[in-house]
Amino acid sequence: MIRLVFTIIAGVLLGGVVHLVSVLALPRIASQDAYSRLTPMTKLNAVTQLALADPNNSPMPFMDPAFAVAICRYDLSGGPIKLTVPVSQAYTSVSFYTRNEVAYYAINDRSAGKKVIELDLMTEAQHNELPEDEEVTAADRLIIDSPTTTGLILLKALAPEPGLMPQAQASLAASRCTVQTEPPAPAKQPEPAPPPPAPTPRGKR
Amino acid sequence: MRLIFITLLALMLAAGIGLGSTYVTATRGTDLGTLKIGAWTARPKSGTADVDPYSRATIARSGELPVGTGDGIAFSATADDKRKPLDGRCDVVVSGVTPPARFWTLTLFDQKGHLVANSLQRYGFTSQEIIRGSDGTFEIRIASRSRAGNWLPTGGIERYALMLRLYDTPVGVATRTQRDAPMPSISTVGCP
Repeated sequence: MIRLVFTIIAGVLLGGVVHLVSVLALPRIASQDAYSRLTPMTKLNAVTQLALADPNNSPMPFMDPAFAVAICRYDLSGGPIKLTVPVSQAYTSVSFYTRNEVAYYAINDRSAGKKVIELDLMTEAQHNELPEDEEVTAADRLIIDSPTTTGLILLKALAPEPGLMPQAQASLAASRCTVQTEPPAPAKQPEPAPPPPAPTPRGKR
Repeated sequence: MRLIFITLLALMLAAGIGLGSTYVTATRGTDLGTLKIGAWTARPKSGTADVDPYSRATIARSGELPVGTGDGIAFSATADDKRKPLDGRCDVVVSGVTPPARFWTLTLFDQKGHLVANSLQRYGFTSQEIIRGSDGTFEIRIASRSRAGNWLPTGGIERYALMLRLYDTPVGVATRTQRDAPMPSISTVGCP
């Protein structure tokens, strides 16, 4: 009898350990998390607009149907990312998520204070490698440190009325998310024939 | 023989209790770090980097992206002020005022987080679409059949959840009570 009681106590204690380990492991082993859901329908290091949420087909649960939504799925191993999002008329926001959906940073159009939200996303190591004089100009260049090399950037533009949805989508369509293969070298003329993997031209502002 | 049996029993018990409790906390969520105002519940920490492990597990399981703190906050409700579960066949009134925010949206979801199909293609309201009284308060009627004023159709489903999202708002991690964030009331006014 006493042995059975010990067995139950041991089982309950061990159950607590199993519970803690599985809760901590769940974000890593989940196969239906937002990143896995979005991977087949988004491009890497580019902005992909998601279809509007509707009852039969929504990429993620609990999406706000009043927003036009675009995703930039990033991988910083090739270099920092430069993100430009033109501000829509009503409300625009940019949220950053790690590979495991931790929202580590979010900014809206008013806190950005400009007509265009401009951000540089890099890992901490890439941030430390920045030359000193780059750091000085960082005042008007918002630099975000990503805790993980991969993750998601969620761009949202509000359509306060359903009729304004095309405008919200148009402002997201004009946003860019591109890899900076090297820090912009000053006063260097581009060679007439660059090597085959030509970097896509970036809009300078 | 007996030792093997007892060890097996202990291990099975451990697996059952451990995984079962993980399933329950990941599906229903925990009260850890929740902000409750009236019938509404929010998890302000979910939008920050110091989100608790239980919320992380819930987010990973459901596949949603939480609203970031610099963006806004999401309140959800699955029952009315008298703790009666929200029923799509009844008339439910959401009325009053909302906390300060540049914009807010109220959306109706089924229990899995999908929008509910209806012929109007109306899944919610934004703060700009709503018709208000002269004192600035509003009243949204949630019912399966059409109603005058701000009508939000339920499609007649049995259980649903309301989500009130505030964007660009001071409401967040520091908010504690109704006085900081006056949330609208939810009441069931009649069931057929």
